Amino acid sequence: MTGANTAINLSVFGIFVLLTLYIVYRASTRNVSASDYYAAGSSFTGTQNGIALSGDFLSAASFLGISGAIAVNGYDGFMYSIGWVVAWLIGLMLISERLRNTGRFTMGDVMAFRMRQRPVRAAAANSTLVISIFYMIAQMAGAGGLMALLLDVHSKIGQAIIIAVVGIVMVLYVLVGGMKGTTWVQIIKAVLLLLSVSLLTIFLIGKFGFDFSSMLDRATQRSPLGEAVLSPGVKYGASDLSKIDFISLALALVLGTASLPHVLMRFYTVPNAREARKSVVWATWMMAIFYSCTLVIGFGAMALVGTDKITSAPGGENSAAPLLAFQVGGTVLLGIVCAVAFATILAVVAGLTLTASASFAHDVYANVIKHGEADPRDEVKVARITAVCVGVLAIVGGIAANGQNVAFLVALAFALAASANLPTLLYSLFWKRFNTRGTLWSIYGGLTSCVLLIVFSPAISGSKSSVFPDVDFAFFPLSNPGIVSIPLSFLAGFLGTILGGEPADREKQAEMEVRGLTGIGSGLR
Amino acid sequence: MTKALPSVSRPATPGFATFEEPAHSLLIDGDGEPDFGALQTSEDFLALKRRVKRFILPATLLFLAWYVTFVLLSAYAADFMSTPLFGTVNVGLTMGFLQIVTTIIITMAYARYSKRKLDPQVDKVRALVETDEELA
Repeated sequence: MTGANTAINLSVFGIFVLLTLYIVYRASTRNVSASDYYAAGSSFTGTQNGIALSGDFLSAASFLGISGAIAVNGYDGFMYSIGWVVAWLIGLMLISERLRNTGRFTMGDVMAFRMRQRPVRAAAANSTLVISIFYMIAQMAGAGGLMALLLDVHSKIGQAIIIAVVGIVMVLYVLVGGMKGTTWVQIIKAVLLLLSVSLLTIFLIGKFGFDFSSMLDRATQRSPLGEAVLSPGVKYGASDLSKIDFISLALALVLGTASLPHVLMRFYTVPNAREARKSVVWATWMMAIFYSCTLVIGFGAMALVGTDKITSAPGGENSAAPLLAFQVGGTVLLGIVCAVAFATILAVVAGLTLTASASFAHDVYANVIKHGEADPRDEVKVARITAVCVGVLAIVGGIAANGQNVAFLVALAFALAASANLPTLLYSLFWKRFNTRGTLWSIYGGLTSCVLLIVFSPAISGSKSSVFPDVDFAFFPLSNPGIVSIPLSFLAGFLGTILGGEPADREKQAEMEVRGLTGIGSGLR
Repeated sequence: MTKALPSVSRPATPGFATFEEPAHSLLIDGDGEPDFGALQTSEDFLALKRRVKRFILPATLLFLAWYVTFVLLSAYAADFMSTPLFGTVNVGLTMGFLQIVTTIIITMAYARYSKRKLDPQVDKVRALVETDEELA
């Protein structure tokens, strides 16, 4: 990675930023009402939103992290891909249409629909903020690591400056473009990403005479693990405990995806439930193609670059895809792959910022502080200020977490979403008796148990790879808490409901059920 | 046809139009709002719910069971998953790829089922309050 590459990388990336900023600016002319800012006036088609949805979801962790995990751990890395594809069935069949029919802007709209507004909205906003910031710090940390590799920036200060630049650009997207602007950024990025990944895949598999088996054969020769790399257990097979950690991760992946707040918020950018359904169908196809490609790219990197070279490169695992691009296409292809990866981080972080700011402004400011009587203009103003604050927080957090393992941090955000949001959403959509108390118990029960278990896990302290390697206060043995905190949250919601509290509001329950399935009363056609 | 904002729900007065009345009468309460209680127990809505359940319940259980099977086999039956199937491609990789294939199949099946069986029924239920949407 020499200086010439840096120039190409920077210019490809610069063109992307300028182009998207221009589009965001053009798309933003009427970006004034709350509905415009939060939900792009619900004006996107199912197809457009489906592509944007996959753009929101395909983070740097997916592209760099997964292909890298496959290139190093083989089969065990492939696990992530499968969980993330299968997960969309939950979004498709259980959540998307009902969410579109019952809510307007945020996850809190749905959770608080038939409950007491203020406490539930506050809880929903808390969970949204925690998850979004967690996810965002993971992305920002990834940006720093990526830069070390791509732009040859090795000093911590240089990386910190780059993280700050990423943060500023993304806040610009959100402030100028609102949801419409960020959606267009997602669409452009998703198309670029999918295009480059599929071309790379076709090229790679062509290099091996369109024979996947012979590619794997070559890959096993280049991996220090040999044949074992094609079998489960390389990373998670060491002990009974690590196997449970593997199951925990698999659960968090499949249950967390459809309850990530920034994914949920996407369903509001389309005009009705049928378009929401269409979005998920499109997103699922994009994901299926993308993750099938990462399988080829991961093993391709193993075969052509070799595992040793990948792990010893700056950026480690995450550098598999860029190194492979350099190997097969030289500096130009490397520049393109890097720019796409960087654009990915930018776009995903912008989406997260928007979600966090919407949740604070709409749920906390408008409904909790102003009792639902805020001036929509003030609400948007608050949202914009929040976006700036969240941006600053993400920059600081990203600089602090620089160097952490991206895919792993993201997996924790999934565990949080699956614990705090999924049980609450499912109960409130499908269980008649579910009440305010159950809602609060399941949100806070899932959120706090998950956060606490993360804090006391080997991810934070007590092992070489943890955040604080020098101290040891870990007593929870698993690095992913999903297998404990997800059932716990379901249980808390159940107990909170049956152990009393005010009974469920029958009228509102009837309204929610009818409206969720048919859209009656939502004003949507 | 479209209202700018979702209707603000009011404390519903007991429905004037009830379930016992002829099917063509509108399920609208005193304020001209949809009578959700009556809608919820209307024959058309119950039929919609049955159709939704008939697909979603088995499909969800099926894909979760299939996914969990795959995860458990990966964790506890590594030898079986490593059995070569096509050249170097083993059972585990094939099963993993099949997870993606079944996801696509279920997705398309649901999209098709919704279009044929659910959407027409949703329109039927909506017809029960259609005038309300017109007036509002």
